[in-house]
Formats: sequence, structure tokens, C-alpha cells
Amino acid sequence: MKLESNIPDGPLAEKWDKHKFDLKLVNPANKRKYTVIVVGTGLAGASAAATLSELGYNVKAFCYQDSARRAHSIAAQGGINAAKNYQNDGDSVWRLFYDTVKGGDFRAREANVYRLSQVSVNIIDQCVAQGVPFAREYGGLLDNRSFGGAQVSRTFYARGQTGQQLLLGAYQALQKQVAKGGVELHTRHEMLDVVLVDGEARGIVTRDLVSGKIESHAAHAVCLATGGYGNVFFLSTNAMNCNVTAAYRAYKHGAAFANPCYTQIHPTCIPVSGDHQSKLTLMSESLRNDGRVWVPKAKGDTRPPHEIPEDERDYYLERKYPSFGNLSPRDIASRSAKEACDEGRGVGPSGYGVYLDFRDAINRLGEDAIRARYGNLFEMYERITDENPYQVPMRIYPAVHYTMGGLWVDYNLMTSIPGLYALGEANFSDHGANRLGASALMQGLADGYFVIPATINDYLARQKPVPVTTDAAEFKEAERRVTEHNQKLLDVNGSRTVDSFHKELGKIMWEKCGMARNKEGLEWALKRIPELREEFWRDVKVLGAAETTNQSLEKAGRVADFMEFGELMCLDALEREESCGGHFREEHQTDEGEAKRNDADFAYVSAWEFKGVGERPALHKEQLEFENVELATRSYK
Amino acid sequence: MKLKLHIWRQAGPEAPGKFHVYEMDDVSPDMSFLEMLDVLNENLQEKNEEPVTFDHDCREGICGTCGMVINGAPHGPQKLTTTCQLHMRSFKDGDELWLEPWRASAFPVVKDLMVDRSAFDRIINAGGYVSVNTGGIVDANAIPIQKHVADQAFDAATCIGCGACVAACPNASASLFTSAKMGHLGLLPQGQPERLSRAQNMVAQMDDEGFGHCTNHGECEAACPKGISIDFIAMMNRDLTKGVTKEPVTR
Repeated sequence: MKLESNIPDGPLAEKWDKHKFDLKLVNPANKRKYTVIVVGTGLAGASAAATLSELGYNVKAFCYQDSARRAHSIAAQGGINAAKNYQNDGDSVWRLFYDTVKGGDFRAREANVYRLSQVSVNIIDQCVAQGVPFAREYGGLLDNRSFGGAQVSRTFYARGQTGQQLLLGAYQALQKQVAKGGVELHTRHEMLDVVLVDGEARGIVTRDLVSGKIESHAAHAVCLATGGYGNVFFLSTNAMNCNVTAAYRAYKHGAAFANPCYTQIHPTCIPVSGDHQSKLTLMSESLRNDGRVWVPKAKGDTRPPHEIPEDERDYYLERKYPSFGNLSPRDIASRSAKEACDEGRGVGPSGYGVYLDFRDAINRLGEDAIRARYGNLFEMYERITDENPYQVPMRIYPAVHYTMGGLWVDYNLMTSIPGLYALGEANFSDHGANRLGASALMQGLADGYFVIPATINDYLARQKPVPVTTDAAEFKEAERRVTEHNQKLLDVNGSRTVDSFHKELGKIMWEKCGMARNKEGLEWALKRIPELREEFWRDVKVLGAAETTNQSLEKAGRVADFMEFGELMCLDALEREESCGGHFREEHQTDEGEAKRNDADFAYVSAWEFKGVGERPALHKEQLEFENVELATRSYK
Repeated sequence: MKLKLHIWRQAGPEAPGKFHVYEMDDVSPDMSFLEMLDVLNENLQEKNEEPVTFDHDCREGICGTCGMVINGAPHGPQKLTTTCQLHMRSFKDGDELWLEPWRASAFPVVKDLMVDRSAFDRIINAGGYVSVNTGGIVDANAIPIQKHVADQAFDAATCIGCGACVAACPNASASLFTSAKMGHLGLLPQGQPERLSRAQNMVAQMDDEGFGHCTNHGECEAACPKGISIDFIAMMNRDLTKGVTKEPVTR
């Protein structure tokens, strides 16, 4: 496998314009002769499907949800970054580019990030034209807020539901094209395989989640916008049905998987309340502006918080990072909470929680001021925990939130399989080892509205404008493979449910490949996961039939892929002998416990090539060149 | 706590359905309602019984996937709360609960508590968008919008498309859902050019799907987990009347 990033030559600021000119075009009359498949209808998928259809291509779009509007982009709260400089506070395309490269701990491609910053300004225009109701000032113009990792206010927001409003904009654009007949939309359809003919992506195989029917769909190109893989941990802030299946099955056909170990752990989530826990809920990071994080100084101190005197409390973030204090970056705050709990100083029934205390802020500013700032968050917290955070400190704990790794793509967003593209969280390209807040929405829409509609022409122009069919033997073969895989899951007829295996895998991943990783733990996981996978295939119990609605079977297929994918993550984490962004190797830290990057040996993208289940995949390295920014150590003290 | 659950089980759209009774011991008040059903499903599978099918995804109250009628109330007893955000502390030891799918002929049952809400997507297809393509757009700040207008449009735009309004309505009307989209777009300058045609086309589609008419019961607003006001239905009716008289659309 040879990885060509296809980054255009020339000065950084001119690369994208020059590249757009150099790319081949498809003439308007010929566009209708091409079919493009888009899998997933989140921000990246819905915007891509709508835009490609507007350009004149035939589009077939797929989502597992009952409506395209429900993809998990909808749950994003905070906002979307754009270098509009409406606040006149010194923002620019260059500054957004720089902040993003630095925030990613210098593990992203400069050219991709610069392009992202350039098109960010067009995204806001597009969304407003669609009727996205961004927050406004009294003068009628758009409002901005500031966000982590930036010293300017460039984040556009829509109350606490920016994701839903942006997705509704993209969804409505998509449905507009469905009504026009330009998009054939298949809801409640899950992609289970990608089909290659002569080495190029020519279609997919899906399962109709209502009838259970296995179907083939042909196209001239396939775009995967299928999101991230946070659910490998079982507990995460992802939606319950988010999965790695589409991306992983593409990987098994030869698409390289890049940086799978880069996962983002968000420091402020509501802690697990018991074994019944099914998912974790994020509490906005903004709470750390007024809340103080602490745990008891003594181990095993079970007194209620108000009975613990001031001198027996450890405000550990303020102690360890006096200048950033409670506003330390996400990765630092998360790891420090874990350390405190691992020492036996965690709070709450499980011992896996730390206090986020508003007592001092309430004393200083009054309860009304705190209610005005965070009222809706306090209500949500109380609804879930039945505790009143005005009276007792919140309990929080870190949770898996986003995955920076994903399918390797070149500058055109094409994977290492010709004709197969990856968009949004499903690819690896823009966030390096750590994503800044409000940048996920930006990347999803940049890829879908502006990047893929420009780059896909270049590939399609090289394809013959003749109709594609599912007649090729490869489609029948893929259908057979998928059908057999599902039947195999049903035939095991063992004694343990899918969820019980998923929880066990998630626990391994969380403990050994979570917030902090070390050689010993990763090696143990690499031994244990294959054993668990073997137990899964020997003892899983999936009831019901294949040719009907069967949620257990859906879940079993996804967990079967996580059972293989988890191993890849651990291997990647083991091989990357440095700490960077969300990847913290305990062996590689400074004396003060900070992440220690190793630019001399690891300034590359790890792209893994599948070699068989249980076989060691081949590692390919794409060296990262930094010509425009200087590699520096992030400092928080 | 202990609970007695009466759950609607139905193998498919054409199959007859009926309530099955399940006893639950040891339900924690900290569980969400759907986590309680997860536990039930684990127990059922251990006894080789097929788990109960229900739709769910984000479990944060925003994707609109989940929803069931709990003791006659869509999304259950707690106001402004989706089923996934409802917690078991809303119930007490010994309670008997009846769980049903949304009941409406325009929402046929797929299986058990899962229904087909694709009619909502088709209502959007009829005009629930601004007809602009990607690119060639003026700057986002070129058109100022009064804050109170933007805020009112936002109130309508918070609809999550769950369908509780339809389930709550004695007529199974989709007026709150339809009018929320029309209110969102119709209040903004970007939505003006198509405002009157949108009203006619979306209402016609709502009728074609088999949803009933609005007769001002107001049950929809009471059941809506986002608290969307029936004022938007009045706005819809006004736009519809205005459209039919001033700019009639031929279908």
C-alpha cells in the first residue's frame, strides 16, 4: 500500500484554490449519468448528499435511523467555529488554522486544516440562508461566544442545540432534493459491506432493518459519513447505535485506518450511577468557569461534602495548575480526575466521581446569577441525578466523547480504496490528536458542503459515464458474506447476551486504552481482547431471525466489529511511544506529569492495513511536514 | 422497587398485538426509563424470550427517536421530558405501567413499541425548507433579523420530530409538527418567498398522510417535550387561508 496525500504544491493559502482549478470537472449534462452513494446523514453525509444532488449527480443516501434528521450530529451542544472575525477581535483564517493545528498537538496535516479554516466562513453564510436560527444580538446581527483553545470569539451557536439546528438545515436541504427526485433516501438501512470491482469502490450491501432483507446498491463512487467509534467503550456520550461497522468493513477491504488510538475524553460528564447505565451525558465545559473541582484529601472519606472542612479538601486542579486552575485543558482535567479516583479519593456511590462545587460562586455572585448562567444545565443535572446542585456539589467524571482517528484519506478525502471517500468524524484528517470544541460541526459541514463536491468530480471524470449495475459477481459474493455473517451470529445460540460482551469489552478498553495508557496494560488488552472475541463467537446469544426486525442482531453485528477494532486501537496506542493530545502514555510524561511529545520519531500519521482477523496489520507512516507553524510544547501552567 | 409492566407486543404491522405482563423486581430509581427496559430485555433474553423492540438512540432528549405512551401519556408523566430522559424515580414501588406505541393510522406499528414516522419526512418534502442550493450565498450578516423574531423562530425550530403531538391528539393531527416547521421558516426573512406555497403544500401533504384536523384540544402542546406552542397552529392556519386566497397553489 502506498499512501499519497496528494497535498497540492504552492503556498499554504493558495493550495485549495489552485487545487480546485487543477481538478477535472464533469460537464453538467454528464453529471446525471453518475451515481454516488452517501452512507450516513449527519452533518457531513446530509450536506454532501444534498450538494452532490444539487450539482446534478444521482445520489443514493442511507441511514440506520428512521429519519435522516436523527443522526448523532444532532446532539452537539456548544457551537460551530468560523473565522468570520465579526467581533473585530483579531481573528483570521490563519488564526483559526493555527489554533486548530496547535490544539491537535501538531498531529494534523497543515494543508487540510488551512482549507477547513478557509471554508468555515462559507458554512455560516450557507446555514443562515437555509434558515438556521443562530443566536443574534439586539442589532439583528449574529452573536459569537468564546470557546476552549482560542483567545478570540469565533463560535456561532444556537442556544444549547447548535447540532440540531445545523442538522435540520442540512436535513431540509437533503429532503428538498429527495422531493425533486435527485436523492433516493433509504432510512432504516444499515451498510454492512462495501463492494469493490476491479479494486475500486462500486457499491455497498445493506440490511433493511425493518424487513431484514440484504440488498445491493451500485454507484460510481461511495462516500462514508458514518461517524466515530466511541461506542467501542460501551459507555460514551455517543448515541446508542453509533458504531464502527461501515468504516471497519471498509478497512477489511483495504482502506487504511489512521490513528485509531486518538480518542477524546471529555472531563465533565455525569458519573455512572450503576450497572444499568447505558450511556453518559455531557455537562457543558463552560461550568468550569464558576465551579471548583475537588475531592477529599483522605482516602475513603465518605462524609457528605458539606461536612468536609475546607482544610480537608483537595482542589487538585488549582493545586497542580495554579495559572489555569479549574480551566485546565480537557485532557489534563480528565486525567487528573482519574488519578484522584484511582487513589481512592473519588466521591459518590461508585467512587468514580469528583465534585464540581458552585458554593463559592453562589456566595460571591448569588444564586440568581448562577441560575442565569447555567440554569438549564442545573435542571438537566437534577433530572438525571435527583440532586440539587445549588445545594450540593455536582459530581462529574470524564467520558469518551469523540474520536479523532478514522479512515485515512488524502487531500481529496479519498481513502486508500479508489472511489471510496470518508467524510466528517469517520475520517482522520483535521483534528490531529485532539479536537478543539466547536470544530466537529465545522469539519462535518466543510467536508459535505464544500470539499467533496469539488474533489469527487476529479475521480468521476475518469469513470465512464455508463450506468452501473449490481450484476457483477462481487455483489453476489458480498451479499453471501453478509448473510452468512448474520446467520453465524444467530447460530451460536450461546448463553450470554450481546450487551454483556459489549460491556466487558468496553471495560477493557476504558481501563487499558482510555485516559491513560501504558505498555503493560495495552499488552494485556491485546492478549485479552482476542480471547473475549473467541468467547463471543462461542457463547453469544442472539434471539429472533435474520429476515425480520431484529435489534439484537443489529447490535451483535456492531459488537462483533468492535471486538476486532478494539485490538487495532490498542495496537496503535502501544506503537505510539509518545504522549500527544488525547493519547497519554504513562511512560512518556515530564516530571510534572505533562504529556511528552516526541516529534523526532512520531510526527507521522499511523495508517494501518488489514492483514486478517487476529493477524498483525501492516503499519504505514505518512510523515507530517510543518512548513508554516513551529512545533511547540503546549503549556498549561 | 417492584413494577408490573403491561407492554404492547406486536410482531409486525399486519400481526395482531396485545399486552404482555412482565414483573420487574429491583428497579433502581436512578435508572432512566429506557435503562429499565434494557434490564427487562436482558432478563427476557436470558429466559430465551425475544426482547421488546423500541426505538431509541441519543438518550439525551434531542434526537426524537424514542417515545412511547406510558399510562396514557406520550413520553410519560413528567412535563417537557422525552422518554429517554424520564427516570424511574417518577414512579413508586408497586406501580403498574401500561406501555403502548404511538397510536395513529399515519404511524403504522413496525414492531412492538416501534412505529413508522416516515410521514413526517414526507411533510417536510412538501416544502419544509428554503429552496437554496449550496454556494453563491450572501454574507451571513447581510440580512439583520430582529432578536425577538429570531427567538420566536427558534422556539418553533426546537421541534425534535418525535411524534408525541400526534399520539396525544384525539384526532391524531400533525398540526403542531407541521406548523412548527412553518413557524420556524415563515418567521425568518429567508423563508418569506415560499411562505404561502409552503403552507398550502405542507398542509395538503399532512392531509394526504391520513393525519386528522386540529380541533383546538391543545393536548399536543401539553405532551410536547419541547413545549412548542399551539400559537404556531394559528399562524399556520392564517398562512394557509392567506395562501389559498392570494396565491393558490395548484396540485
